[in-house]
Amino acid sequence: MLWVDKYRPKTLDQAMVHQDIALNLKKLVAEQDCPHLLFYGPSGSGKKTLIMALLRQIFGPSAEKVKVENRNWKIDAGNRTIDLELTTLSSTNHVELSPSDVGFQDRYIVQEIIKEMAKNRPIDTKGKKGYKVLVLNEVDKLSREAQHSLRRTMEKYSASCRLILCCNSSSKVTEAIRSRCLNIRINAPSEEQIIKVLEFIGKKEGLQLPSGFAARIAEKSNRSLRRAILSFETCRVQQYPFTSKQAIPPMDWEEYISEIATDIMKEQSPKRLFQVRGKVYELLVNCIPPEIVLKRLLHELLKKLDAELKHEVCHWAAYYEHRMRLGQKAIFHIEAFVAKFMSIYKAFLIATFG
Amino acid sequence: MAPVLQSSQPWVEKYRPKQVKDVAHQDEVVRVLTNTLETANCPHMLFYGPPGTGKTTTALAIAHQLFGPELYKSRVLELNASDDRGINVVRTKIKDFAAVAVGSGQRQGGYPCPPFKIIILDEADSMTEDAQNALRRTMETYSKVTRFFFICNYISRIIEPLASRCAKFRFKPLSEEIMSSRILHICDQEGLNLDSEALSTLSSISQGDLRRAITYLQGAARLFGSSICSKDLISVSGVIPQEVVDALYAACKSGNFDLANKEVNTVIAEGYPVSQMLSQLFDVVVEADDIPDEQKARICKCLAEADKRLVDGADEYLQLLDVASNSMRALCNMPQEFSFES
Ligand SMILES: Nc1ncnc2c1ncn2[C@@H]1O[C@H](COP(=O)(O)OP(=O)(O)OP(=O)(O)O)[C@@H](O)[C@H]1O
Ligand SMILES: Nc1ncnc2c1ncn2[C@@H]1O[C@H](COP(=O)(O)OP(=O)(O)OP(=O)(O)O)[C@@H](O)[C@H]1O
Ligand SMILES: [Mg+2]
Ligand SMILES: [Mg+2]
Repeated sequence: MLWVDKYRPKTLDQAMVHQDIALNLKKLVAEQDCPHLLFYGPSGSGKKTLIMALLRQIFGPSAEKVKVENRNWKIDAGNRTIDLELTTLSSTNHVELSPSDVGFQDRYIVQEIIKEMAKNRPIDTKGKKGYKVLVLNEVDKLSREAQHSLRRTMEKYSASCRLILCCNSSSKVTEAIRSRCLNIRINAPSEEQIIKVLEFIGKKEGLQLPSGFAARIAEKSNRSLRRAILSFETCRVQQYPFTSKQAIPPMDWEEYISEIATDIMKEQSPKRLFQVRGKVYELLVNCIPPEIVLKRLLHELLKKLDAELKHEVCHWAAYYEHRMRLGQKAIFHIEAFVAKFMSIYKAFLIATFG
Repeated sequence: MAPVLQSSQPWVEKYRPKQVKDVAHQDEVVRVLTNTLETANCPHMLFYGPPGTGKTTTALAIAHQLFGPELYKSRVLELNASDDRGINVVRTKIKDFAAVAVGSGQRQGGYPCPPFKIIILDEADSMTEDAQNALRRTMETYSKVTRFFFICNYISRIIEPLASRCAKFRFKPLSEEIMSSRILHICDQEGLNLDSEALSTLSSISQGDLRRAITYLQGAARLFGSSICSKDLISVSGVIPQEVVDALYAACKSGNFDLANKEVNTVIAEGYPVSQMLSQLFDVVVEADDIPDEQKARICKCLAEADKRLVDGADEYLQLLDVASNSMRALCNMPQEFSFES
């Protein structure tokens, strides 16, 4: 088992970061009448961990006995039937899924599953919760329609089914949904907190950490706890005992993007653009999300540019990323950004050096 | 379905008014509907207005008061965006429902029970135009035996021919006084202690949306116990602390791009919603008395652009960085035009 999973706290009491939130969550579910919840915050900050611990708090150890299923839905849409397939994770008391995986037909899934859960409502006996929980991941990727169709359903079935929604950016969740939930912000842990977790894992694994080693990993993690733990484990595999000078290996794809940035700073020509296109393709084929590619590229370029160019380049990055959302083929827009950059940079070089 | 225990419902549901007369702040519609209860007749209705102002509540209340629990199922059909499986389904459902005849209008068990059925179309603004057009015919066909209640947030998304067939009622955002009195009522019932500062904070952060106010109140009550202060409410509401907004604004004023970039990164890492940040930045900029109107206008323009892009699903970091960069150029009188664009 990877360390990220092995050292994921199972209960709210074991949380090593976000302890205050964990404590609050405990109070929140002490009564029967807990509202719907919306967890939001950056990637790798610990949302999922808290949600799983919360389920355990509500339903006890049975919440951990989950089965993974590939479920099929046949939905009657008047003159035709829609077939949908989606992976769900469920225990006796909860179901978890990422409805946005089925694309624009996500709303059917959302509706179907909520009604289904409401039908087999658990009886409200002593010591048991009178409701089930539906965990929806990546709600920021839900279509508008799916979000709209959640509105009334959330109210109608609120006695028998509580929703726990999870997402990275709550700006993409409609006002109507946010107003129906208690919003819980999970911020990225600070570097000190990350160091604490790394040292804890080191101790459990019986490792000797040179001073400042955990701090260097934390610094490179961009405040993502998941990322820090992953690179800690990678270091362990690459070289142990650790040395104080040991390099913290960057992610492959990040290095690759850094190369792209160097490439386009060196030469601005159609030929170079062609080469870069190949590299961008390579990244996309390896499932690096296009907006991450664009953001990372901007990050690398900003490190190298004069102040007066920074404004211009960040403007175009924002412009093309937006266009990418509206369009269909991400590669076009990334390439357009690269071409734009080349043209700006070339003009700058000519103006400065003649 | 098993009977629902009161205690297991969130407060928003627990304190949903059951009678039309208890709906606060929407006097016009309450007056008309109270009249309906006496005459046992009403026109088609269209309720519109922002979230959490009582639209669904009012429609459900009048339906219950007209027919009582016995007849409710056979006389009232509630459809919402979730049931909308294309117009064919909606039409069939309505047809099947409307086709079963109702008896003559006789009071039963103390309820007026008028001789028509009610069809509530909640969230009607998410219906396509085609679907709405198709509904026109349906409405006419069954006009003798049905009354339609359309509910929506945006009246502009309802096609004119439908809207013009209805009596229209706008639901206003709740005023701070009304909001306060509803909140105090709940505090009373739940045994909570709310000081006056907390009360006015709650009214102002929920911006006329009573649902939101109640959810915050319950959240704060569960997290911080029965004595609630203003700070507790802010922390459950998702409002960004003023220091954070000020720090970003100050970074923009400094003219240092890297500093602004760092602040933007912090906002993202802390998980603050960028849409919220934009609206709080807007307040700061509009209220600032040390910058000329022209600069304000330039900043507002880029806030508007970013807001639209966020709705389209654009990346939060890039949009906020773009806003910061634009604001910096406006505040520091840097050239607005780019120098190297071809
Ligand atoms: N409270 C915590 N205490 C200790 N370790 C934690 C805590 N929360 C998370 N972690 C560690 O961080 C890792 C990442 O957390 P998690 O999977 O919950 O992130 P996430 O917010 O769901 O991220 P994403 O948005 O990318 O899905 C976990 O595998 C776990 O090892
Ligand atoms: N005018 C009001 N008087 C009393 N309570 C209200 C009023 N408006 C809203 N509420 C409270 O807020 C909750 C939500 O109200 P309701 O469902 O009627 O909102 P809505 O106008 O239909 O909003 P949406 O457009 O989001 O569907 C109710 O359960 C009730 O507790
Ligand atoms: Mg996760
Ligand atoms: Mg409603």
